[in-house]
Amino acid sequence: MLDKLFMYLQYPFVLNALIVGILIALCSSMLGVTLVLKRYSFIGDGLSHVAFGAMAVAAVAGFTEDMPFILLVTTVFAILLLRTGQNAKIKGDATIAMISVGAMAIGYLLMNVFSSSANVSGDVCTTLFGSTSILTLTKMQVELCGILSAVVIGVFVLLYHKIFAVTFDETFARATGTPVDMYNLLLAVLIAVIIVLAMNLVGSLLISALVIFPALSAMRVFSSFKSVILCSAVFSVVCAFLGIVFSILAGTPTGATVVVADMLAFAVFYIIGIKKSSTQ
Amino acid sequence: MEPIIICQDLKLGFGANILVEHLSFTIEKGSYLCIVGENGVGKSTLLRAILGLLKPLSGSIILGEGLQRREIGYLPQQTFVQRDFPASVREVVLSGCQGRCGLRPFYNREEKQIAEKAMEQMEITGLAETCYRDLSGGQQQRVLLARALCASDKLLVLDEPVSGLDPKMAETMYRLVACINRDMGITIIMISHDVREAIPYATHILHMDKDYFFGTAEAYRESEYGRLFLA
Repeated sequence: MLDKLFMYLQYPFVLNALIVGILIALCSSMLGVTLVLKRYSFIGDGLSHVAFGAMAVAAVAGFTEDMPFILLVTTVFAILLLRTGQNAKIKGDATIAMISVGAMAIGYLLMNVFSSSANVSGDVCTTLFGSTSILTLTKMQVELCGILSAVVIGVFVLLYHKIFAVTFDETFARATGTPVDMYNLLLAVLIAVIIVLAMNLVGSLLISALVIFPALSAMRVFSSFKSVILCSAVFSVVCAFLGIVFSILAGTPTGATVVVADMLAFAVFYIIGIKKSSTQ
Repeated sequence: MEPIIICQDLKLGFGANILVEHLSFTIEKGSYLCIVGENGVGKSTLLRAILGLLKPLSGSIILGEGLQRREIGYLPQQTFVQRDFPASVREVVLSGCQGRCGLRPFYNREEKQIAEKAMEQMEITGLAETCYRDLSGGQQQRVLLARALCASDKLLVLDEPVSGLDPKMAETMYRLVACINRDMGITIIMISHDVREAIPYATHILHMDKDYFFGTAEAYRESEYGRLFLA
């Protein structure tokens, strides 16, 4: 078993997959805590569908490197979603639902009508569930992912206290002079970046899992914001690592395996949480 | 006495829905203003305008000399997000210093000391590492009051700080707010739905109805409104 693992680790594409997977897991789990607490869990889901639509457009337009384009489109929609949340004629969750199914339909339509590939449903399945794409990353994708992850983590650490203030009590933060709108905007951009990165790992349908499970698990057990964020990050990285390794050894689809690892770990944390509260 | 807030011919509302009109009053430094009135007369709206969260439709709110908008401490009504929020008491109190930070990413030693002192004054130092969601309603309000103290040493604005608290906890809250007002010389503006409980502590009363009453607590007791509501 271990011999087989070490043999696989000799291949650069396996190493790339591990690096990228762990970076994505780290970024998504850190922001996940804020998203869950702000009741924004579904923004990740909505944006991932937008990213799917953008990917279809990029494929049809024949871009060789589609990531910058997808990133741009997703960021614009992240900002739009946040804006409409403030002075909404159509309420927040309805807007997200509308945009996400709309983008999905357009994406599939484009892929189906204009695709040059013989295996349309296979292509769609790959984009939705990320079945093998993480093992076929190009060098540029790995580098871009590394840079973007570093930016996300850097911004998060610098804005940590501001994110806390804005998440815990937006009205108070606004009243005491914190530029709440600016930080919300920055959060939206960070979310968009993470969604696009995460598409490589788990595909667009499963991204929410990376955002929600680590945060919810950590919140079961820990009681300060800092410890929840740290636990969530460790949780997510460990699950991603185990999930990717298992999927390589057992030949299962990477994204789905990582998500199942997250679910199992969540169950463990849930039980620990119940034990903890009953002993108090 | 020096004024800290001057409201002139204030008109507040949302679009065509006007809640407050022709409201003028002046709050002096060190006073304790209690705002009373039925639900829906625009008490919270007035507070939001004073905090700069809402622009008046007309009229103006002038801040006294040396007071900046970000130096108004605020105790909002609790939101549902906060009830299951995983944060320690210290983290919550410290976040009151955010306005002082500006763009600086981390809190400095002075701000940490301000937070420690605020926790001492609100008698919650022993709870510093406890999770906010595990506290009782009264303890949570004290934490938020300590956070408001971090934001300001001049003026605190409190939106129904005792709603949902049992009488004993409400009593503690009133006592702490009175201490803040008397011993630290901080001006207080408080909304209260319980006129009888709040008035013994207040120096001034603003009664909001179709018409407005503004004056000292003694004058209020003698007034038509006072006789009606305190009887």
